[in-house]
Amino acid sequence: MRPTPARLLNILVPVKRTIDYAVKIRVNPDQKGVDLNVKHSMNPFDEIAVEEAVRLREKLKDEIKSIKVVTIGPPKSIETLRTALAMGADSAIHVEIPDSAPAPEPLGVAKALRALIEKQKDGVDLVIMGKQAIDDDAGQTGQMLAGLMNWPQATFASKLVVDPATKEANVTQEIDGGLQEVKAKLPLIVTTDLRLNEPRYASLPNIMKAKKKPIEKVSPADLGIDLTPRLETIKVAEPPKRQGGGKVESVDELVAKLKEAGFLSKS
Amino acid sequence: MFTRSVAHRIPLRAFKRWAHTTPTMNYRSVTEEDVAHFAKILAPSSVLSTLAPVSTPASELSIYNNDWMNKYHGKSTTVLRPKTTKEVSEIVKWCNERRIAIVPQGGNTGLVGGGVPIIDEVILNLGNMNKIRSFDPVSGIIVADSGCVLEAMSEYLVPHHYIMPLDLGAKGSCQIGGNVSTNAGGLRLLRYGSLHGSVLGLEVVLPDGTILDQLSTLRKDNTGYDLKQLFIGAEGTLGVVTGVSILSAPAPNASSNVMLALPKYENVLPLFREVKRQLSEILSAFEFIDRRAYELAVKHGQGRALNDEDVEGAECFVLVETSGGKREHDEEKLNTLLESLMEADEPLINTGVLSQSPLQFSQLWAIREGITEAVSKEGKAYKYDISIPVASFKTVVDTTRDHLQSKGLLRDDAVKHVVGYGHVGDGNLHLNIVAAEYSPEIESALEPFVYELVQSYKGSVSAEHGIGVMKTHALQYSKNATSIDLMRRIKTLFDPNGIMNPGKVLP
Repeated sequence: MRPTPARLLNILVPVKRTIDYAVKIRVNPDQKGVDLNVKHSMNPFDEIAVEEAVRLREKLKDEIKSIKVVTIGPPKSIETLRTALAMGADSAIHVEIPDSAPAPEPLGVAKALRALIEKQKDGVDLVIMGKQAIDDDAGQTGQMLAGLMNWPQATFASKLVVDPATKEANVTQEIDGGLQEVKAKLPLIVTTDLRLNEPRYASLPNIMKAKKKPIEKVSPADLGIDLTPRLETIKVAEPPKRQGGGKVESVDELVAKLKEAGFLSKS
Repeated sequence: MFTRSVAHRIPLRAFKRWAHTTPTMNYRSVTEEDVAHFAKILAPSSVLSTLAPVSTPASELSIYNNDWMNKYHGKSTTVLRPKTTKEVSEIVKWCNERRIAIVPQGGNTGLVGGGVPIIDEVILNLGNMNKIRSFDPVSGIIVADSGCVLEAMSEYLVPHHYIMPLDLGAKGSCQIGGNVSTNAGGLRLLRYGSLHGSVLGLEVVLPDGTILDQLSTLRKDNTGYDLKQLFIGAEGTLGVVTGVSILSAPAPNASSNVMLALPKYENVLPLFREVKRQLSEILSAFEFIDRRAYELAVKHGQGRALNDEDVEGAECFVLVETSGGKREHDEEKLNTLLESLMEADEPLINTGVLSQSPLQFSQLWAIREGITEAVSKEGKAYKYDISIPVASFKTVVDTTRDHLQSKGLLRDDAVKHVVGYGHVGDGNLHLNIVAAEYSPEIESALEPFVYELVQSYKGSVSAEHGIGVMKTHALQYSKNATSIDLMRRIKTLFDPNGIMNPGKVLP
């Protein structure tokens, strides 16, 4: 991988098209998956990643040379790329897989990203991605990518400060006990947590501009990777249904019901 | 079996907020004997009364006695919350025989003081009658108790892929019986029409206790006079609505919205024409929000604010919603429209924001729907819900502001803001004067000024909020004497003893 000229940073933001978080999920009758015929949108953590990249540019201006977004998904995923472009990304890469193909797994995605990074002429200095996708909640891709690239990783970021001059970044991570601050040298993988930022609305002029921004189409074969799943889903089931409560008319009735349910001693 | 009848003649001083009204309320107050009777025929949790034998603490009656805006305060001793239509009938029969006045009450979200007592009329709250009676998934006809909360009915319909034909900011609290009794309009009227069209049948308890069962589920029925139309919008003065049969609409497969920023108000009308032309059947809402109303909404955390650069230079905003059967079809129409607006030689808009996800869709709507709440948090609101030509919306807001300015009332401790927002598509403006405190000085500056202004446009002094107690004196500005006289005769026919929501609607 060729080193980037000092002070100009290239950011890569992988995004995923997932079932929208507001949709009520219905398990398929065969219990092997969920109904996918519903509204999809960009994984919320990835929206935060795109937003962070755009904010970095607003802050560091020309020192951010490019913001590229990439997605691995079926033809419809192109909408997700358009949204990212409308938020301020410069260009997009669509690693297209057929509609019928199974959803890619974190390791497959990480390998694809590695192949893509190695193909970038100007290199990649910073990868900002969501900490997890809301469909599989795996939370593994960023970490696997860091391992494959042998790059440092700063996960669950709630604050990101980048210094292009020293090519270093300070990241505040959300951990169980509170917050932890780490410093790392670029190139770096950052995964975003909820409190990093609030993604902007896409304004009309940007949506119009996004239509003219380039989207490069690539196939997994072009990258020399195999996205065949290594995990088999045995069963998908809904959580047990919540039993409703009931209203009582008087204290006596309440006591009677408690007795019935065995919560009181029979005296 | 009742004793004396007492005429309650309200002294002028008690009406410091509505100095123009002195209704003669000829009814008897509730006594302990009445309360004992109610306690016998209803479940214990259905009777709240400060009188013996129930002796509820007065504070528990406060949410029933006071309206949502905290502008109208009743002093009822007794709230009844029946569970069945039969119970409603028995209550009304008893009250009619003893000349006890009744205020039918739903979610108590009305904006004209129609749902709370003027003095101590009995509050008949329908909130305990909240079952959905039936639903036909083929026709979309839903039959429900009148105490069903609108939002609950919407949620019931979700898995069946239907939606209620009306939607309003108060949906989490308002009840369908109240919606019908006030002929509520709301945000979807542009697309789905008024309740006069979507309500197919009603079950009403008449003022003498008779149950009128016209709970039909027929789409078409031209057999005699359409009585239900009288109750729709009668604000509980002709009877108590206990059951509603309403036609719900197929849920759109795709919805989208866009908030447009306009450089000047004059662009609203041409924008509306263009939007109607290009979006055609997928247009489902077209709402106007003036700059100050937007800022108040954002100030009080309603929805999510637009980016600063999108708001710059905007005199007002328009929220457009589309609903249709196919996402791709709608998006194409919407994108074509937005492109043509942005690329026009003389653009009607500065910019806009298109929702990219259901979350953003709700956030944009929350800005519009939250204005009412923001105004209430900002101060005490005088609300004028008027129908006037759309081209005059801004003029009316400005004229009102100028008038208050000329009276020296535009100051931080008097009138803080004058804002306008509303349903452009229906010609309905919500003019809000936000004051630090309600005061007779501000009120006399506003009335009859605003009503006369509306009359000059041959408009309506109450587009959708109804008359309640607030506008009984203003009815004359929109309806002539012949009409009002006929209304009085109909009222006497239905309610000869005048017990049903006295002092409301008719002057």
